[in-house]
This record gives sequence, structure tokens and C-alpha cells, in this order.
Amino acid sequence: MTQVIEGMELVYEKPQTMTDAYLHYCPGCGHSVAHRLLMEVVQEMGIQDRTVGVAPVGCSVFAYNYMNIDMQEAAHGRACAVATGVKRVMPDKFIFTYQGDGDLAAIGTAETVHTINRGENILIVFINNGVYGMTGGQMAPTTLIGMKTTTSPYGREQATMGYPLKITEMISVLPGAFYVTRQAVHTAAAVRKTKKAFEKAFEYQKLNRGTCFIEIVSNCPSGWKMTPVESNEWMEKNMFPLYPLGDIKVPTQLN
Amino acid sequence: MEANEPDVRIMKGNEALAEAALRAGMHAYFGYPITPQSEILEYLMAHGQKRGAIVLQAESEVASINMVYGAAGAGRRVMITSSSPGVSLMMEGLSYIAAAELPCLVANIQRGGPGLGTIQPSQGDYFQATKGGGHGDYHLIVLAPASVQEMADFVFDGFRLAETYRNPAMILADGALGQMMEKLVLPPAGSLPHRVPEWATVGKPKKRERNIITSLHIEPEKMEQINLHLQEKYRTIREKEVRFETFHTDDADIILVAFGLSSRICQKTVELAREKNISVGLVRPITLYPFPKSILNTLADIANAFLVVEMNAGQMVEDVQLAVNGKKPVYFKGRMGGMIPSPEEVLREVELIAEHHTVQA
Repeated sequence: MTQVIEGMELVYEKPQTMTDAYLHYCPGCGHSVAHRLLMEVVQEMGIQDRTVGVAPVGCSVFAYNYMNIDMQEAAHGRACAVATGVKRVMPDKFIFTYQGDGDLAAIGTAETVHTINRGENILIVFINNGVYGMTGGQMAPTTLIGMKTTTSPYGREQATMGYPLKITEMISVLPGAFYVTRQAVHTAAAVRKTKKAFEKAFEYQKLNRGTCFIEIVSNCPSGWKMTPVESNEWMEKNMFPLYPLGDIKVPTQLN
Repeated sequence: MEANEPDVRIMKGNEALAEAALRAGMHAYFGYPITPQSEILEYLMAHGQKRGAIVLQAESEVASINMVYGAAGAGRRVMITSSSPGVSLMMEGLSYIAAAELPCLVANIQRGGPGLGTIQPSQGDYFQATKGGGHGDYHLIVLAPASVQEMADFVFDGFRLAETYRNPAMILADGALGQMMEKLVLPPAGSLPHRVPEWATVGKPKKRERNIITSLHIEPEKMEQINLHLQEKYRTIREKEVRFETFHTDDADIILVAFGLSSRICQKTVELAREKNISVGLVRPITLYPFPKSILNTLADIANAFLVVEMNAGQMVEDVQLAVNGKKPVYFKGRMGGMIPSPEEVLREVELIAEHHTVQA
């Protein structure tokens, strides 16, 4: 229980759905905020005992150390397939995956597309920071043209390295996608909107109408070699024009 | 049919395996079409869902094995089947499943390789099945059926072993066993109870710690402990779960060693050889992992020579050599690429060996 100092008011509390483990994420990284928002919603909806999460390979590979719920750690790119297996045998439970851009949009593209095409009633949380963070800042499918990474040291060149993959737009056209939105977690306003999106996604999961997909455009101060503040400014200026925030597909009929 | 009358059928091996899985209380099956095992997915799509099983055709074997991971991690009884090229695609997933100690049953209805190969029967995946197959130190429990009856029976044994040891089990059959029709007695439903285990990820109730299914242990000290634990488990499996059959080995000068379809052929060779007064016996490993080492080592004290017969370039022969440990010569006869040896061509090898050892004697 939180100890409230006498005469002080409690305005902020760690949700019980987060463990006490120290987060290993770099200072300023969006993962910690996204984790907490997701777990806040699980707590507020009272679904901790009915929620199973699937962690990816990438920076959030240890998500299960921080989220105080039952979780499975998937092989690289396979989170959506694992979540399909979990959901199919427990259709009344709340199932989500939490994946980065390399995991979801490169090695796991087939699993991502087909899971959504089957309209699996799960939530896919997609953190897009345009870089492989865990392995040290290599080029990702979502890396911007001209963006320098350890495997595009002179900047991503379209002619030899292809274009940034707008997978969220791609999957939004699938009939199995029920709710598709792109959000961020770098400002108070963005945090509020993302939390709202998580709430909607879990509510929609009860309807059994298809896959909910929430992209969070995020920063990677270490991979981008910037301070947290610089990285957020850079993200607004460079990432948001290609990956604009907002709803991409919203359910028109909820019944 | 009377209540206690045995349920006798004539079925294809693939269909017998699928029907047995339903009777064994399989909760979920994840498949992908590939010859010569597509009947399993087809049969389960036609009959499984009606009988309460989850049956899903995945986008690939890579996806299907990871669906198995998810469903097995949720504590359900899960099966997956494929044939050689498809099973290769599952190797990553099986390494994770073995490391995370998830029970599941895999059936490989082998076809000739390497590569895309052929759709004809083969035993070319023995190494892959028995030595791990994917990355890291792990083993599957491997059962080798030799009849349509065993295609059905080993489903029950496979689930039981997988769940007892929290380890993936594999039925290593071949295209002929999958495709051929034979009479069998179908095992009754309801004989294999199941309970969702404590460790399953089903949603964390307030009063228990969260359950985590993972194979990631970044600290080497911890990872070594996990490996030691797995090795201890495999040791127990080797001690307790070895299964084999012998046929006329008591007075045999030459011992044939063969599994699966090859053992059926060798059985005929034993009869043909004995008609010619060559005393030949047969050891048929039923579990390929754990491998029946000691019976072979014991027989090496009595017999003069061993002949290993496989539908591959010589894979199990290495395990026979290790078991015999130099006591007696170990010969090999193999056909590859989807070809099946005939009892007569095995007999010719037997005759050559008999001649050679008579000369020596």
C-alpha cells in the first residue's frame, strides 16, 4: 500500500498491475510510459485476472518483468501467432501483444498481416521508433529515408534499402482490422489520448469484432544519439509527417 | 456397436492419427497443408470443430508452431503436424517450446529430402528429430510408429509423455504410414484426463504470483541452471521411457535394427532369411529418443553382426554404433529420396554379411 505523508494529498500512484522491478529502459524512452498506460487501463478495468500479454523480442523483451500479469515471451516476430494460440483456447480472456517495429513489421510481417486478416480478437500494441533499439540501433523497416543508423551509416537510401514501411496503413484496409489508430506518448496530451485508445481497444475486444491495432510513434534517444528532449523534437519534426497521429480506422457500428 | 466391443476400422494412417487426437481430448490443432500429411488437417477441419476442438489453418508452419506455443502456454492439450520441409520451418519454435518446457505433440509424416525433395516416404529426418533439430541443447521425445494402429496409439502416448515431462513429443512417421490403409482398433475417448496446469498463463488471480512462459534468461549463471535442469529431465526420460520391440533375437547371429516402416520390411527379411537357415533377428526401436541403447549393447555380446536398415543415408546407424560400442561390426543398408528397400534387397545384404562372418569363423 502507498504510504501517504500526513497533510499531503495522493495525486499519483503506481498501479498494482506494474511490478516493483526497475525498468531497464533508457532515460526518456517511450516504452516505460506505454507500459504504464497499458497496465493502468488493465487495473482500472479490473481485468488483471483475465488478461494475458505476449512480449516480443526487442527492447520490450522484458515487458513481463514489469507488467504484473500472466505473460508469454514469444520468439522474434511471432507474438501475433502466439497471441492467436492463446486467444483461440481462451476466447473470453483479454489478450494483447506488445511489439516493436523490427518485430512486427520486418521479421513478423506475415504473422501480423494474417492475424489481423483473420480478425483475431486481440489488441496489438506497436511501438514504432524507426530503429532496432535492443541490438544497438540498426535500420528498421520504419527507418526514415536519410536516417542514419548503424546499418545505414550514410543514411537510409531508398534505392538500395527500400522505403519506410507504413504497415499501420497497410493493415487498416484489412476487413479483420476493427480499430486502428496511431498515437504517441511524449506529451501529457498525447499520453491522455493513448490511454483513451487502450481503453477503447479493451472495450472493443469484448465485442469480438476483430483486431485492434494501436501504433505508438516513439523515440529512441540512445539509438538516435540524442538527448530525450532532442529526440522528442526530432520525432515531431521528422517522424510525424510520415507517420501522422490520429485514428486510421474507427468502428462505425458498435452493435 | 456394443458398448464394450472394440471399435475396429480400416483407416489411412493420417486419418487414424487425427481421429485418435480427438479421442485423446486434444483441445487445439494448428496446421498447414503439405503432402503427404494434409489429410490430418482436412480430417480435423471436417470433424474436429464439431467435437469441440479448436482447429486452425495457419499462414505458415512458422506461425502454426508459435500458435502451439501460445495455446500450450495456456495449459491446453495441443497438436501440430507436418511433413519434412514444414517441420524444418518449425525448428525455431520447437527450440523455444522445449526451452519454455511446454508440452505438445508434433507429428512429422516424413518425405524424401533434402530441399523440396519428393512427396514419397523417407526417414531422412532422424537426426533432426532425435538430436534436437533447432538451436541449443534440447531433445524431443520421439516415437516411431510402424503401423496404422500405432499411428493412433502413439497419439495417446505422445500426449501423456509430453505432459508428464513438460516437453514436446514427436511422432516420427513417414509418407507411407500416413497414406496406407490398415485395420486398427481405435482407442476409446476419455481415457486420457487433462487438467490445466498451475503454471499456465490463464490470467493472474489476485492471490498467486504471475505466470510467465519464457525461454529468456540473460544471466549466464541462470541459463546454465536451466540447462542443467533440462539435462536432468532428459536423463530421467532416458532411464524411464525407452521402448523397443525384439523379433527372433534370442538365437540371432545377425541383428537387424530398423524403425518405423523399415522395421516392417525387416520383419519380412527375418522370415526370408530364416527360411534359408540364416539366423537373423530384429530390434525395432519404438522410442528413437530415448534410444534403446542397452538392449543393443547386450545383444552385441551374443550376435556376430548388426545391419541397420533405414530410408536415409545412414542416421540411426550412428546411434547403433554408439550403443554397440565397437563390440561387433555394424553394417548399413539405406535407400534415399523416397525409395523404399524391399525385403529381398535387405536379404541380399544379410546374405553377404552371413557369408563374410562364416568365412571369418
